[in-house]
Parts: sequence; structure tokens; C-alpha cells
Amino acid sequence: MKILLNNRDTHYSDTTLSIADIITKENFSYKRLVTRLNNKVVRDEEQKTTYVKNGDRLEIIHLMAGG
Amino acid sequence: MNVDFQSANILKVRHFLRSFKVGIAGAGGLGSNCAVALARTGIGHLVVVDFDIVEPLNLNRQYFFANQIGKKKVEALKEVISWIDPDIQFTAIHEKLSSQNLLNFFKTCDIIVEAFDKIDQKKMIAETILSSGISAPLVMGSGMAGLNHTQLLVERYDRLIVCGDQITEVSGNQIPMAPRVAMVANLQANEVLNFLMKDFTFDYEDTSE
Repeated sequence: MKILLNNRDTHYSDTTLSIADIITKENFSYKRLVTRLNNKVVRDEEQKTTYVKNGDRLEIIHLMAGG
Repeated sequence: MNVDFQSANILKVRHFLRSFKVGIAGAGGLGSNCAVALARTGIGHLVVVDFDIVEPLNLNRQYFFANQIGKKKVEALKEVISWIDPDIQFTAIHEKLSSQNLLNFFKTCDIIVEAFDKIDQKKMIAETILSSGISAPLVMGSGMAGLNHTQLLVERYDRLIVCGDQITEVSGNQIPMAPRVAMVANLQANEVLNFLMKDFTFDYEDTSE
């Protein structure tokens, strides 16, 4: 499937992936992330059960301390 | 560039921006520097929420002055902004932001700047605003520590803009310092202006003769 991940076209050989799977695949290891699927916020506890499908737009924003 | 045209456009921008209200969550390194940049361009109304006071070590990056140590940051920033432009309306809210009170403070703002330092607060602000019904975009700062040569980026999504290098995290030996923190704060201010000024047109001098 092909999705738009953080504004970039991204291809996966899998046909079903949860947001948690994508976080693991992409090695997004930061402690705090904000995720949004097709403009809807997905909370941490919903990432394992929220599935991404072909054509979806997914944002996984890394939050870094500092300001 | 004709100097008269330049002056006219500076005033035109200021006049145009007078009708807008910008919310800033946090008055530390990002919030104070961002507020200053927005005040200089002419934003009409700033709403700033923070519960801290100005401490000596804050002066390594935050837009405060030695004689303001001990003041509430929102009050100190209000003072700084009034020195730049006394006509700007400044709502100073000395409170800790939570998912309960956040929308109340910012619901009438045209755009909101996330300017906190702790990641849990950044996350709370982002998730609360992005899952609310309000249409104001959120401009976040993420990644600005140290002296790194990592490139500072701006990533634009729907109703969400993220400014910073997206890599460097503040820690004991990777401290926040004035140059990069102010660079990210000013990137955020620039994104605010880009959003508010999307329908603005500058006057151009006629150079056709």
C-alpha cells in the first residue's frame, strides 16, 4: 500500500498495518509522538488498533523537549 | 526599492495585522521571542499563557531583562511588548495550561503558537487543539537544542505546522541557547504571518518606464 506519511509518499509491501506497526517499522523511537490519521488525532492507546489503508494520510510528529 | 514604498508597505502590513489575535502557549524561549517578532510586525492582540516567573538563567535565551527577574513571565513580556508598541493589546494569563482550560483561553484566536519546553505539555496542547472543533491552526516548535548544524525545517500539514530540526532534544549537556531557540521562535512567527497574510498584497512601485 501507499500512504502519505509526514507529507512524503511511502510504500509498504504489507496490506494491513496499524499505526503502531508503522512507528516500529520507521524506527520512530522518540518518547512522545503526536499521531494523526486523515486529520484525526489518534491517542497513544489507540495506535495498536487503528489501521492504515491505501491512500491514507498519516502524520507522526516527534516532540522534542526545549523551548 | 524606493524607500517611500518600503515605509508604506511596513505601515500597510501593521495596519492589516491589527485585526488579528494570536495565542501563545508559554512565555519562555519560544514564546517570548515569537511574541516580540509578532509585535514588531504589528499583530493587534496577543494572548499569552504561562505560570512561570523570570529567573536569572532564563536570560540566556528568553526575551527578558535583568531588571525583570522575579516577575511573572506574562507580566514581564507584556512590559517588553509595550516598549515595542504600546498600542498592542496584550492579554497576560498567569496560569498553568491544561486540556480543560486551554480552549477557553485560545478559542477566539486566529492562530495558536505552541511554545512550551516539556514534551508532555507539547503533546497535551497538540492533541487538545487538533482534536477540538476550533479551526485555528497550531504552530509547534520541536528540536532546537545546542549548537548543532542540523538544519531547521518547517513542515506544513493541515492546521498544523512544525518548526525546528526535529532531532535535537534539550538535556543536561545539550542545553537550549539563544541563537537556535530564537531561530525556531522566529520561524514560528514567520509561519503565523504567512498564514494571516495569505490574502495580503503589497504595494509595488512602477518600474516600467
